[in-house]
Amino acid sequence: MTEPSTAGRAAGSASGEASASSSESPTAGRTLRAHPPEVSAAKARRWGAFYYAEQVLRVMKGYGWSIFLYSVGQPAAYLFAMGVGLATLVDTSAVSAFGGVSYIAFIAPALLVSAAVMTAATEFTFPVMDGFKWRRVYYGPHASPLTPEQIAAGQIIAVTLRFLLQSVIYFAIVALFGASPSGWGWGSVLVATLAGLSFGLPLMAYATSIKEDKGQFAMVMRFIVMPLFLFSGTFFPLDTLPVLVRWIGWISPIWHGTELGRVMTFGYEESPVLTIIHVLFLLGLAWFGWVLTKRQFIRRMGQ
Amino acid sequence: MPANETGPERDKEPAAPRYVITAENLTKTYGDVTAVDGISFSVPAGESFGLLGPNGAGKSTTMKMIGGVSQRTSGNLTIMGLDPEQNGPEVRAHLGVVPQQDNLDEELKVRDNLLVYGRYFGLPMSYLKPKADELLEFAQLTDKAKSKVDALSGGMKRRLTIARSLINEPRILLLDEPTTGLDPQARHILWDRLFRLKEQGVTLILTTHYMDEAEQLCDRLIVVDKGRIMAEGSPAALIRDYSTREVLELRFGSERNASIGAELEGIGERLETLPDRVLIYTHDGEAALEEVSARGLRPLTSLVRRSSLEDVFLRLTGRSLVD
Ligand SMILES: Nc1ncnc2c1ncn2[C@@H]1O[C@H](COP(=O)(O)OP(=O)(O)O)[C@@H](O)[C@H]1O
Ligand SMILES: [Mg+2]
Repeated sequence: MTEPSTAGRAAGSASGEASASSSESPTAGRTLRAHPPEVSAAKARRWGAFYYAEQVLRVMKGYGWSIFLYSVGQPAAYLFAMGVGLATLVDTSAVSAFGGVSYIAFIAPALLVSAAVMTAATEFTFPVMDGFKWRRVYYGPHASPLTPEQIAAGQIIAVTLRFLLQSVIYFAIVALFGASPSGWGWGSVLVATLAGLSFGLPLMAYATSIKEDKGQFAMVMRFIVMPLFLFSGTFFPLDTLPVLVRWIGWISPIWHGTELGRVMTFGYEESPVLTIIHVLFLLGLAWFGWVLTKRQFIRRMGQ
Repeated sequence: MPANETGPERDKEPAAPRYVITAENLTKTYGDVTAVDGISFSVPAGESFGLLGPNGAGKSTTMKMIGGVSQRTSGNLTIMGLDPEQNGPEVRAHLGVVPQQDNLDEELKVRDNLLVYGRYFGLPMSYLKPKADELLEFAQLTDKAKSKVDALSGGMKRRLTIARSLINEPRILLLDEPTTGLDPQARHILWDRLFRLKEQGVTLILTTHYMDEAEQLCDRLIVVDKGRIMAEGSPAALIRDYSTREVLELRFGSERNASIGAELEGIGERLETLPDRVLIYTHDGEAALEEVSARGLRPLTSLVRRSSLEDVFLRLTGRSLVD
C-alpha cells in the first residue's frame, strides 16, 4: 500500500465516508425517494379506504382456498340435499305453493342470500375484535395517514368483494342446476351482496362496541342468525307461518333479500310496492349500520 | 453546558417553522384519571427530545396525541404547524411511529409488513420494494425477510417496527419506550440504529423509563411524573441542577439502613435513605467515604459513582424511576 498524499488522503477519506454512509443508511437513497408528506396525505385522503381494503384482501388471500371451498361446497351441498332430495317430495304438492316454480328454483335465491348473511356474521365480528383487541391490527394503519372511518370502510369494501365473488360462484352453480330461469337472475348476486351488508353493518357497529369477548358472537349466531335463517321464507313461503312468528321475516334482511332475489331469478310475482320496500329496507339498514360503525370507529380509535 | 438550547443551524429557511412540535397546556383525561396534566414543550427540528418518567406518568398518552391518534381534552398542539385533530392525515404523513406495543401484522411476512404499511402512504411498489430491502438491511433483518412475524424475537419485532416506521422517510420519529423488555445486546443494537437516524437529522421524540437510554439518546428531555413536567433540560444540565457530581452508595443491611441516617449527618450535601441503601450526594465521593470511616461506621458495601438521571428523578419525586 502506498502512502497517499495529504490531499489524496483527505479526498479519499471523504469519499470513503460518503459511500459507507450511503450503503448503510436507510434514507440516503440514490434515486429512491419517498414522495413528500403532502402527497402522502392527499393520496390517503382520496384512496385511503381502498389502501386498507387492499390489505384486508391480502390477508384473506391467505385463507383463499377455504373461502373458495366454502363458497362452492356450501351451495352445492344445500342444493343437492334440498333441491334433489327434498324436492322429490315437495314438488309433488301443488306447483303454485312455491311461486309456480320447482322447489330448487324457489330455495336457490334464499340460499344465496343466507350464505351472504352467514358470511357477514363471521366477517363483521371476529375480524373487528381482532382489529381493536386481539391482535390490534387496526392500530398500525391508524398511525398512518389513514383515518378510522377509512379503516372501517376498507374492511367493508374487502368483505363486499368477498360477498360478490362468493355469490357469483354460488349463482353459477345455481344456474348450472337450472334453478335460475329468468334472464335477470344475475341480479340476485347484487341482492345477496346488499343483504350481506344490510345484516353485516349493524353487526359491525355492535362488534365495534364490544370491549370484552364473552361469547357474544356465538350468541348472535345462535339467537339471531339461525332464527332469521329459519323464519325468513327460506325453505317455505313466509305466509305459511303463523302470524306470531311472521314478523321475524318482516324485519329480516334475509327475507327481504330472498324475496327480492326471487323476483330476479324467476320473476316471482309480488306487488311492486313490496319490491321497492325490500330495496329500501336493505339499503336503509346497511346505511344505518355504516353510520353507526363509522361513529364507533372514530370514537374508539380516538381514545 | 446547555446543549442545543439554540437549536440546530439549519432553520435558516424563513418558511420552515422554528419548532416541529409545540405543546401548550396539553391535557388529557380518561374519566376521573388525568393522564396528562397541562404540559408544555417545544421541539426544534433535528433535536432528540425525551420524555423520562415512571409507568403511568402519561408518556404514551402524550405520544398518542402527538401522533394524531388520540384526541386531547384541552390545550394546544401543533406538529409542523398543523393541528393533528384538524389535519390528521397531513400530520401523520410527516411522522414515523413506533408505539409502545408492537402492532405488526403477524399474519404477513416480515417484508410484506413494510410493503403494506408503505401503501397506506400511497407509495408506489416501485419505490416500496427496494426501500423495504434497504430498511431490512438497516434493521439487520434481511435474512428474515420471508419469515412470518410471529417467528421473530422481541428485539427483532421491535427493529421491524422501527423499520416500518421509516418506510415513508419521516423527518420526525416518535418512539414510545423503544427498548423496554429487550435484553442489553438488543438494546445496544437499537440505540446504534437510532443514533444513525439522529445523525441524519431526523427529529426523535422518545419516551423511556431507563435513565441510561435517556442519557445516551436525548439532547434534551422533560422529566414527567403524574402527567406533569417536573424538570426540563439536557441530561447533563439536569444532573448539574438537581444532583451533585458524585454519589456515595452505602449498604448497612436492611435493619440498620433506616437508623444510620443520624450518624451520617453532615457528610456530603444531601442524604437519601432508601430501603436497601443510603445515598450520600457529594462532589467528592472518596472524601465522603473517608469521613464515614473516620466516624467509625462500617458499611457492608460502599460504592462511589457519578450522578445519573435516576438521582435527578429521586430528588424531584422522592421515588425511584423503575420500581
Ligand atoms: N385508554 C385509557 N383509558 C383509561 N385510562 C388510561 C388509558 N390510557 C392510559 N390511561 C391512564 O392514564 C395514565 C397514564 O398512562 P400512560 O400514558 O400509558 O403512561 P406511561 O406511558 O407514562 O406509562 C395511567 O394512569 C393510565 O392508567
Ligand atoms: Mg407508556
